[in-house]
This record gives sequence, structure tokens and C-alpha cells, in this order.
Amino acid sequence: MKKKGNPFLYIGGAISAFMTALIVMGYFWTPYDPTAMESKKFLPPSFEHLLGTDNFGRDIFSRVLEGAGTSFVIAICVVLIGCLVGIIIGSFCGYYGGVADLVLTRICDSITAFPSILLALVIITVLGSGTENIVIALGILFIPSFARIVRGEFARCRDLNYIKSARLMGVGSLRIMFCHILPNTLPVLLSAVTIGFNNAILSEASMSFLGLGIQPPYASLGSMLSDSQTYLKSAPWYALGTGGAIILLILGFSLLAEGLQRSGKTA
Amino acid sequence: MKNIAKKFLTLIITLFIVSLLAFLAFQVIPGDPTTKMLGTEATEEAKAALRAELGLDGPALSRYWNWLTAFVTGDMGTSYSYRMPVAEMLSDKLPITFLLSVMSFVLTVVVSIPLGIWAGSAKSKAADVAISALDQMVMSVPPFFIGILATWIFGTVLNVFSTGSFISYTESWSGCIGYLILPACSIAIPRIAMTVRMLRSSIIAELQKDYVRTARSRGADRGQILSRHVLKNALIPVITFLAVSAAEIMTGSIIIERVFAIPGVSQLLMTSISGRDFPVVQAIVVILAAWIVIVNFAADILYRLADPRIRVR
Amino acid sequence: MMKKRILAVFLVVSVLAGSLCGCAGATNQTGASSDETTDSFGGIHANEITVGISQDLDNSLDPYVSNAAGTREVMFNVFEGLVKPDSDGNFVEAVASNVEISSDGLTYTFTLREGVVFHNGDECTMDDVLYSFETCAATSVYSNVVAALSGIAEKTADGSVLTVTLSEPNSDFLSAVSSVFILPEGYADQATKPVGTGPFKYVSRSVQENFILERHDAYYGEGAKVDKVTYKIYEDSTALFNALDSGSLDLVAHLTMDQVNNLSNGYAVLEGTMNLVQAIYLNHAVAPFDNEKVRQALCYAIDVDAMLNLTADGHGTRVGSSMYPAFGKYFDASLAEAYLHDAQKAKQLLTEAGYPDGFSFTIKVPSNYQPHVDTTVVLVEQLKQVGITAEIQQIDWNTWLEDVYAGRNFDATVVGFDASILSPTALLARWVSDSSKNMIGYSNEEYDEVYAKALATVDDAEQTELFKRCLEILSETAANVYTQDLADFVAVHPQLKGFEFYPLYVIDMSTLYFE
Repeated sequence: MKKKGNPFLYIGGAISAFMTALIVMGYFWTPYDPTAMESKKFLPPSFEHLLGTDNFGRDIFSRVLEGAGTSFVIAICVVLIGCLVGIIIGSFCGYYGGVADLVLTRICDSITAFPSILLALVIITVLGSGTENIVIALGILFIPSFARIVRGEFARCRDLNYIKSARLMGVGSLRIMFCHILPNTLPVLLSAVTIGFNNAILSEASMSFLGLGIQPPYASLGSMLSDSQTYLKSAPWYALGTGGAIILLILGFSLLAEGLQRSGKTA
Repeated sequence: MKNIAKKFLTLIITLFIVSLLAFLAFQVIPGDPTTKMLGTEATEEAKAALRAELGLDGPALSRYWNWLTAFVTGDMGTSYSYRMPVAEMLSDKLPITFLLSVMSFVLTVVVSIPLGIWAGSAKSKAADVAISALDQMVMSVPPFFIGILATWIFGTVLNVFSTGSFISYTESWSGCIGYLILPACSIAIPRIAMTVRMLRSSIIAELQKDYVRTARSRGADRGQILSRHVLKNALIPVITFLAVSAAEIMTGSIIIERVFAIPGVSQLLMTSISGRDFPVVQAIVVILAAWIVIVNFAADILYRLADPRIRVR
Repeated sequence: MMKKRILAVFLVVSVLAGSLCGCAGATNQTGASSDETTDSFGGIHANEITVGISQDLDNSLDPYVSNAAGTREVMFNVFEGLVKPDSDGNFVEAVASNVEISSDGLTYTFTLREGVVFHNGDECTMDDVLYSFETCAATSVYSNVVAALSGIAEKTADGSVLTVTLSEPNSDFLSAVSSVFILPEGYADQATKPVGTGPFKYVSRSVQENFILERHDAYYGEGAKVDKVTYKIYEDSTALFNALDSGSLDLVAHLTMDQVNNLSNGYAVLEGTMNLVQAIYLNHAVAPFDNEKVRQALCYAIDVDAMLNLTADGHGTRVGSSMYPAFGKYFDASLAEAYLHDAQKAKQLLTEAGYPDGFSFTIKVPSNYQPHVDTTVVLVEQLKQVGITAEIQQIDWNTWLEDVYAGRNFDATVVGFDASILSPTALLARWVSDSSKNMIGYSNEEYDEVYAKALATVDDAEQTELFKRCLEILSETAANVYTQDLADFVAVHPQLKGFEFYPLYVIDMSTLYFE
């Protein structure tokens, strides 16, 4: 059953492996120096420059490789922070309820309702710009959504019969939470993680608008995409190449997650 | 009813926290509004006088209190930058953002529900894979990139749309709505994919339940079961999801307003943040937060109504 | 994108002017896009102009209080003083019909023009003029205007003649008078509903959408040739460009080279200069920039011509010191050649200074003005070639004002300084050791001496030589890494004529007409 007909796993795996391979390669080697400038501005894609060149005559393919790596690392870290802290907060709030739940839920709601750009601006101003600080700023922004999901699942599972019986049998709270309930939330979490990954890449891009994201001349897919909009008319390949990379990156992981979910169901 | 009253109270508390956060944010970020207002040439005395005029010289807490009491009585203050009442400025901008959000939302609902039902009733293996794959693909395209693609295809290639040619609703409703169609699509497309996916899995799960089998063994035909029983149950979680979407559309419109150069409230928020125009930022933050909180509140209530297992202890 | 907004990142320096500079931004017509086929223009244009601007007038509209360059650029058409600057940098009579200056430079006699009518229909009287002088002296945010007005010993009004006596001669006094915009006495709504005497009157505005001026029919002079000017606001230069490209705008200034290259319609493109001094401004209080050799090494390390090629297809003018070409006689083009790109020399100087392996520092750059960011990106790449590592940190304009300008908390920053009125003092006063505007903490005794001597000199030729010596000192000591005066491109409707570049950051709408 598991082996048969799960194209999601294969295709998603293939795309992800391809992108990961490119990113790893970009870490060690790029066809050109991603920041080296030549006077060959806005060259269309060719064998020499696979994705053409940008407004400074830099090789877009090399920059996509570098940028994908940066965006990938940022997105993974952000989702990791959001997910882990979200699970901790959400599980305790959902399972125990009470005053702590009320307070934490209020704070999470407030952060969700607060313009993320302003929050990011504050965090970056306090901590200073830099990749780690972007990760921290976005990580904080991503906690509430995960916490909300986990809390909902925990609140739902708390009163289910098998949990009640486990409790009656004297199983410890922590064990119930993390051994009995948490695995049940995985399918929901998995899709939240893929959406979160998507959002993290986008959020970094929107921070670039305010100059809060990755600082030039370094590249990230988000900042490249926002730059490319200016040259959409004369150099559409700039936007298309960068956007294509974002789509492949996200698509690979979404398909992989879908495949995992399906094989999990059938297994 | 008691629960709802309680929820409503927490809603107010959330708004209070949000406004406090916005206030604190302005205490933390550097940039004195008087520098922007008077320039680098102005004397310290002039700046001090202006600070006093704006009420910026008092202790932080009392300033927050002054803002809060005024706001509660409906006085949003005067913009530092434009020297005009904030309410007047927002009354121009809010309808634009609101219209964009409503259009995106309506588009999402109108397209995704029939599509989701159709996708949910398609049972063959091939259809299943095709629909899911398409869903995943569409969901992977960031709205921001859809916007860029749309401006490129419709603007540069087909030459039927021009970014920046926005017409305000005050001049022409049809022109305004016409301009907003592409941005609304950019917001809606990934949302449609998400909703279809959700509705589809909800229908499929529902179709596997015992009562469906019972109904079918009694001889009811598939279409009847679907429309009479399954949909009602399957739509409930989707409605909740849509309600959350409504909130997210509003916040997500920031980036789309940017891509399409729509002079909405998000754009005003951005320029006001960089201009340190505190009264404007504070008003927008609270209004946007109110929208989000109220919609989430509605989602929560729907969720509770749908699933009685969730109760406040 | 917000950062693409061409926000005016010019520091409003000082409102002082030498009245004699006959100089203007270079005007030449580039025959851009003549080979393009699309031409959406044709037929008779309505007698009104739609102008695209990339920044709202998010400022008080009160002319004494508003300080943003973008606001001044528009409101130049609404307000006038007794005299006003023309496109050659001279002062011409406006609300005054005649100006006489006594030979000792102490007494100024202004004759109020007859038949000057405010936009609200009231006639302009001597009371309004006196009110304007007093209000300006009390509320102006330009400290130099206030200082010049405080030098008035006596002011007597007799009928339509205003006689002003100064306590000591001040060659910049007339420029201060041009900043005393004549406003109706007792009118309290200038901040939101401005009323002046200019060729255009304010009609209405919609925040971040438009700003509308109409022809002032009762204007005393020749007046405006078009009936209405609608400024459409795009808080994003990409959107502004798209609107221009679709043919819906008649005039857009401050375009970049990339945008000009992409323009597909039959617009005429005029090239001028932005009239500012762009440089890497170095904080002399921070090591290693306290070392003159290090600063010189930086000057040799960068290749301005290559930078201009990359950012603007070679357009833009090298400056070499704190002066731009529109200043005519004060500008010394030879200084731009003082530090020609020489990586070897840069390395050698670094070794002498004790940094054989280079060093690293941070450049803070305002994120709202893309040309400065682009320049910085290129410079960072060039500095890498000599082993110097520069990290870019983009900050928003308000943070820049507080942190960099006022707080002096920076290693280096890339911005452009402009002069709001033509006087070399506007650009040079800030580098005097004890100036509060000396944000880089430049301290050079010789400079202070020469500058003070120049101020005290009455003879024009002698004064000019002394100011030029100041510029040389700045160049010799590599006070900053000077780069360029940016090229300023203006796209105008092919039938719209009469555009004039001012040596100031203003656009005069009254000279424009349709052919």
C-alpha cells in the first residue's frame, strides 16, 4: 500500500532534493561571484548566464543560489522557533486551561492582531539588523499561529475518551500531553509547518521593503523578488527566475508533506 | 450567553493590549516626530515648544492615558504629518482597503465552495491526485508573486492593465472595482486553493461516516446525501476557516496594496510608521486589530457552535 | 516598493544665498525614445497638467514651517516673497515691484507692487507684509532665515514703501527676504489650506492620492499658462513609472536612468542635475576614519566613473568636494580629479596607516532613496577589492535623522547634502569645527580660519577664492569620500514646453504651456 501510487512523496521528494542540492552547491560554489558586478546589465537568460543578469550586471542564477540558501535557512529557523515555542505554549494552554491560558491566549491574539511590520521594526531596531535578528523577529511573529493550532487540538483531545481513561489510569500529565495527544496533532501541524514555511519566505521579503531584511549586497529570494519588480518591464526574467525558485522551494516541501501525510494515513 | 459576554470582554482586553503595544513600540524605535515636522534646521526651543503643543513632553503613561481617553470618546487626534484630523484621513482610506478585502473574500467564497464540492465528490484516484497536486501547486505561489505576474502579464504583455492608474471610489465606483479585480484575485487565488483543499478533505471524511453508509443502504442517491446531509456537516469547519481567512486577508492586503500601488490604509500605515506619525499609526493599528479580533471572535463562536465538545471550563 | 520612493533625502541646509551666481542646472535634451513606435499622444491636450510625484506633501503646508524638499518643490508655485529666485539663481521682484539696496549694503528699500491679490481675493497690503516678516521671524524653522531677520535694526513702512535697515551688511539678506513668503494677516489655516500670492492657488488634496492647484487668475504678472495642475501621488516609484509609461501623466521629475531607458512612450526627456553632494560621509570620531591616510585610501579605492556606469549609464557629475556644478564659479572641477581610482595607492596608504589587511566598518544608508542605496552597493563591492569590508545597514529616514545626524552614531553613511538657496555657505558652514551641523566631526584649523576669513571678506573675487580654498582643504584632507551630483531626468509630454531647471529643488509650473 505504502509503496504504491504515492506520487506526492516521489515528486515532492525529487523537487526538494533538487532544490536542496542546488542550495548546498550554492553554499560551496556558484558560477559567478553573487556580488561581482559587470557592465553587462540586464542580459537575458543564456548559457553563459542561466537566468540572465540584474541591474548591476550580477549573475541572477548565482544570486538565486545564494538567496535560496539564505531564505531556506531563515524560513527553517523561523518555523522551528515558531513551532517549538508554539507547541510548548499551545499544549500547556490547551491542556490545562485556566488563568495562564487566558493570559497567553490574549497575548498571542494581540500579537496576531498587531501589524507584523511594526513589530518587526521594533525588534530589529532593538536588536539591530542581521540574519539572526531577522530570524528572531519573524520567529516571535510565528509563535501565535502555531500556539493557536496546538492549543485548539489539545483542547479538543483533552476530553476525548482515551485521554480520560489514560488519566484515570494514572498516567502523568506530561506523558499524556506529549506521548498521547501530540502525535494526534501531527497532521495538522505538518500542514501548518508547510504554510508557515511559505509565509516565512514571504515575510522576509516584506521586511526587505523597509530595508529590515537581508542587507544588500547579499541576496535573499524575498529581497530579490522585491527588487525585480522595478525592472519587470525590461527584465522580466529577473522576477520569473526568482519567483520560480520560491515556488519550487515551497512546492517541493508542500508535496513532500502531503505525501508524508498520505502515507501516514494509509500505513 | 455568559460565554459570549466573557469572550467579548477578552476582545476588549485584546484591543487594549494591542494599543498599548503600539504605544510602547513608539517609545522604543528611534525618531522624534518633531525632527521630521520641523527639519534639521529647527532650534531646540522650537522643537520643545512643538513637543509641548503635541503633548509629547509629559510622562509616557500619562500620554498613553490621554490618547486612550480621547480615543474612547471617538477623538482619534490630529496627524503629525498632515495636520489634519486622523478620522478625516481614514474615512478616505478605509473603504478602499475594506473594498479590496471584501472583494477578495467574496471571490474566495464564490469560487472555492462550488469547486470544493465538486472536488470532494470526485472519487477516482486520478482525479484525487490531479486535484491535490493542482491545489498544492497553486498554494505554493505566494500572493505577492501572483501580483507581480499579473502586473507583468496584464500590464506589459497584454497591455490591458496599468499599475498606478488607480481610480478612487469617490470618482468612479466601477473604475475602482475594475482596478481592484486583479489585486483581489492575487489575494484570493491561494486562499481558494486552501479552502478547496479543506472543503474537499472535510467532505471526504464526512462521506466515510456511518450515517452516510446507512443512508445509502436505504437507497438514497449520492447527490441527495451530499446535498442534504454531508454538506451541512462538512461546511462547518470550512466556515470557521473562512472566518479566519477574512482576518488574514485584511492583514495580507498590505503587500498587495504595495504591489499594485493602491492608496489604501496599509500604505498609509507604512508611511505613517516611517514618518513616526503616532496618532495615525495608533488609529490604524487599533482599527485593523478590531477587525481581526472581531472576525476571530466570530470564528470562535462558530467553532463552538459546530463542535459542542469544546467548552470553556 | 517603499524604498524606491524618491523621497527627498536632502538635508535642508541653510536659506542663504549669494545673489550673484548666474548659474543653473545643465539643461540638455536627450533624444530618448525617438525610435519608439508607441505614441499615445495626439490631438489637443486640455489646458491642464497632471504631474506624478513619488512622495506626498506629508508636512505642514505653512511655508514657514514646512521643511520637506518635496513640499517646497510644489509650494514654490503657491507662495512668493517680496523677491523670488529665478531659474538662473538671481532674485527678481515679486510682491515688491522695486528693490533698492544702498551702496553700503545696509538699507533695503522695497516698493510694494500694486494690485497683488491673495488667493482668497483679498488685496495684499503693507500690513500683510509686516505681519509676514514678524510671523516668519517668530515661527520659521530655518534658523538662518531667523538669524538674517534678527539683523534688522529698523523697519519702517511708509505707504507702499518698506525700508529695512540692517545693523551690519549681509550679502545673503535678499535670499532671506525671498523666504519671507507674504501671507494674509491673521489667516490661521496655512498648515492645511494655504493662501499665498503665487501664480497657482491651492484647491484641494486627498491624502496619498492627489494635490490640486489651479491658476490664480488675479495674479499680477504674466501668470500661469495652464489652468490646473494635478499632482498625482504614488508612494512607490515603480507605480509612478508605470503610470507615466501608460501615458496618463504629463510630467515626472527625478527619474532614474533605468526608468528613462524603459520609457516606451514618446516623452521628451530632459536631463539636469539633482543639485546635491553625494558622498560617503565618514565619522571622524571613529577609528580608523580619524586617520587622514585611511580616508585618502578610501578615496583612491573607489572608482566613481565605474559606479556611475553601473548605476546610471555614466550620467551624473563627479564632485570631488562639498560643492556641485550648479554653483558655477565656486565649483572647482579639478578637485573631482584629485583622487582617481588607484587600488595600488589605496593599499599602500592603508599599509602606511597600519591597516595592511584592510578593516571592516558599517555604512548606514537611508532606505527610502534608492539611488543612495544603489551607490552604496557598488561602493561596497569596490572597497572589497582593496581588502576593506563594508557592511550595509539600511535604516529609515527618521532613524537616520535621530541616530546618524543628531546622534552621530555611525561609522559612515551615504546621503546627499543640498543647499536650499544658492550660497556656498549653505554647503560649507557645516564643516566648521564647532558647527552643530558638523555631523562627521570634521576639525581642521586651517579650514576654520579660511572659512571665517571668507565670511568677513566683502570683495567678491577674493571671497570666491577663499571659498575655493575651503573646498581644496576638504579635498586634501579627504574629509569625506566624495562621489557625485546625481543626474536628474525629467520626462515631459512631447507637446508640453517651457520646462526650466532651477538650481534649487523646485519645479516652476507657471512657465509650462502646451504647444
